[in-house]
Amino acid sequence: MLTLRQTRLAWALVLPTLLVVLLVAGYPLAQVFYWSFYKADIAFVEKPEFIGFENYLYLLQDPDFRLAFWNTLRFTVVSVSLETFLGLAIALVINSRFRGRGLVRTAILIPWAIPTVVSAQMWKWMLNDVYGVVNVLGVKLGLLSQKVAFLAKPELILPSIIAVDVWKTTPFMALLLLAGLQLIPEELYEAASIDGASRWQQFWTITLPLLTPALVVALIFRTLDALRVFDVIFVMAGVNPATKSLAIYNRQVLIDFQDLGYGSAVSVAILVIIFVFVLLYMRSVGREVVR
Amino acid sequence: MRLLSRLLFYLLVAFIVVYSVFPFYWAVISSFKPSDALFSANPSFLPIPFTLDHYKNVFLQANFGRNLLNSLIVAGGATLLSLFLGVLAAYALGRLPFPPKNAVLYIVLAMTMFPQISVLSGLFILLRATGLFNTHLGLILSYLLFTLPFTIWVLTGYFRGLPRELEEAAYVDGATPLQTLFRIMLPLTGPGLVTTGLLAFIAAWNEYLFALTFTVGDRVKTVPPAIASFGGATPFEIPWGSIMAASVVVTVPLVVLVLVFQQRIVAGLTAGAVKG
Repeated sequence: MLTLRQTRLAWALVLPTLLVVLLVAGYPLAQVFYWSFYKADIAFVEKPEFIGFENYLYLLQDPDFRLAFWNTLRFTVVSVSLETFLGLAIALVINSRFRGRGLVRTAILIPWAIPTVVSAQMWKWMLNDVYGVVNVLGVKLGLLSQKVAFLAKPELILPSIIAVDVWKTTPFMALLLLAGLQLIPEELYEAASIDGASRWQQFWTITLPLLTPALVVALIFRTLDALRVFDVIFVMAGVNPATKSLAIYNRQVLIDFQDLGYGSAVSVAILVIIFVFVLLYMRSVGREVVR
Repeated sequence: MRLLSRLLFYLLVAFIVVYSVFPFYWAVISSFKPSDALFSANPSFLPIPFTLDHYKNVFLQANFGRNLLNSLIVAGGATLLSLFLGVLAAYALGRLPFPPKNAVLYIVLAMTMFPQISVLSGLFILLRATGLFNTHLGLILSYLLFTLPFTIWVLTGYFRGLPRELEEAAYVDGATPLQTLFRIMLPLTGPGLVTTGLLAFIAAWNEYLFALTFTVGDRVKTVPPAIASFGGATPFEIPWGSIMAASVVVTVPLVVLVLVFQQRIVAGLTAGAVKG
C-alpha cells in the first residue's frame, strides 16, 4: 500500500523534470531532425520546401564541413593528449605530501574557474604581437629571436589556441586523476618498496594500472568537451578557416547564413559524430573491465 | 642528493603555481595600468603607475552593469530552478520505488553528453515561437539543458547514500513520503545542494553560445558575450585595459567561490565525473 503511494509520488516528482527535458531537449531535437530535410531559412522569409536527403548529400561533399571536421579532430587529439599528460604530472606532484600542498591545489583551480571567454581574451592580450607579455618575455629571455604574431599566422593560430585550452582544462584533468590516485591503497606501495621495486617500477606496475578507470573517465569527459569546442576558438579567431571547429561552422551556417535546413543537417552530423565516439569509448571501457 | 631532489621538486611545484596563476595575475595588473603603460615595450610586472580609469570606463561607458545584472538573474534563476526540479526528481530516483528509474537516468546521462550546438536551431525556433527569444526566462530555460541533468545526477547519488533507517523511522511516526523528503532527507543533503548549486551556477555564469545566439542588444545579454565583443572608441583600437577590467570583475566572484568552497567543488566535480 505504502509502496503504491510511493510509486505514484515518484511519478509526480519526476514529471516536472520530464516535461522540462521534453521542452528543452526533446522538442528542439525533433525540430532539428525535421528541418534537416527541408530547404528553409531561419527567419522563414521564404516558404520552406521539402527536399529529402539533399542537405545530407551536400554535406558529404561540403569542403567547409570537411575542413571543420579535421580542425576539430586535430584540436581534440592534440589538446586532450597534452592535458592528460600534464594533468597526470600535476596530479602525481600534488598527491605526494609536502608543505603548501593545499595552496597548490587552490592555485590550479583558478584556470578552471575562469570563464572560457575571459581566458580567451586574457591570452589574446598576452599573445598580442607587439605588446603581449609572451612576446616581451620571450625576446628578453632569448626564447624567441623576434616577436611573433601568434594569432595572425595560419600555422601558429591553432597551436596557440590549443595552448590556451590546455592551460584552462588541465586542472580539471589533474583533479579527476588526483581523485583516482587517492583511491590507491598506500600498502601496495609499501609492499613494493619492501620487495625492492624502484619508484619508476611502482609507477608502471601499481599506479598506472590502478589509475586506468579514472583515466578513462577523464578522457571521455575531455574528449566529448573538445569535440564540441566553440568558445575558446570563436573568441580568439572568429570563423577563421584555419581554426573553425564543427560547432563554429554549424553556428555560421545557421545564424550568419540563416540556412536552417542545411544547418540542421550539420547539427545532426555533429550529433552522430559524438555518438560514434561515445560508442567507441564505451566498447573500449567494456573490454577494459572484462580484462 | 636528497636535498637536490627536494629542491627540484619545489621548483616543479613553483612552476605549476606560476603557470596556473600568472595569466590571471597579468589580467589583474593590466586592468590597473594606464593605457600608455599598457602599451609599452617594457611593461612592468607590478601595477605601477596605478589607475582605476579602466574600471570607471567599463561601468560608465558600456552597459556592463546591465550585463552583470543579467548574468546574475540568468545564472541565479537557472541554478534555483534546476535545484528545485533536481531535488524532486533525484529523491524519486534515489529513494522511491520507481520502475522506469534506469530509463530516466540514461536520458539524464545522455543529456550531459550531447552538444549544445546540436539543439541550437531547435531551441531558437522554440524560443521565437513562444515569445521567449531575448528574454531572461528564455535563457534560463535553455540553460536547464546542461544544469538540470548534472544536478539530478549528483543529487541522486547523495540521496542514495543516506541511511535507510531515518526514512523508516519517519514513516513509523506517520510522516508522508513528501514530509519525509522535506523535513528529514532534504536537510541532510545540504552539502550536496551547495556543491551542485555552485557548479550549476558557475556553468551558467560562464555560458557563451546560447547567450550570444538568443539575445539581441544589451537588454538581456549576459557578461560573456559582452566581454567577447567589447569595442573601443574607434573600431581600430582594442581597449585591452577595459577588457581586462571587465574580465577581472566577472572572474573575481568565481575565484572567491573557489577559494571558499574549494573542497566542495573538487568533491562535486569528481562525484559528477566518477559516477558519470
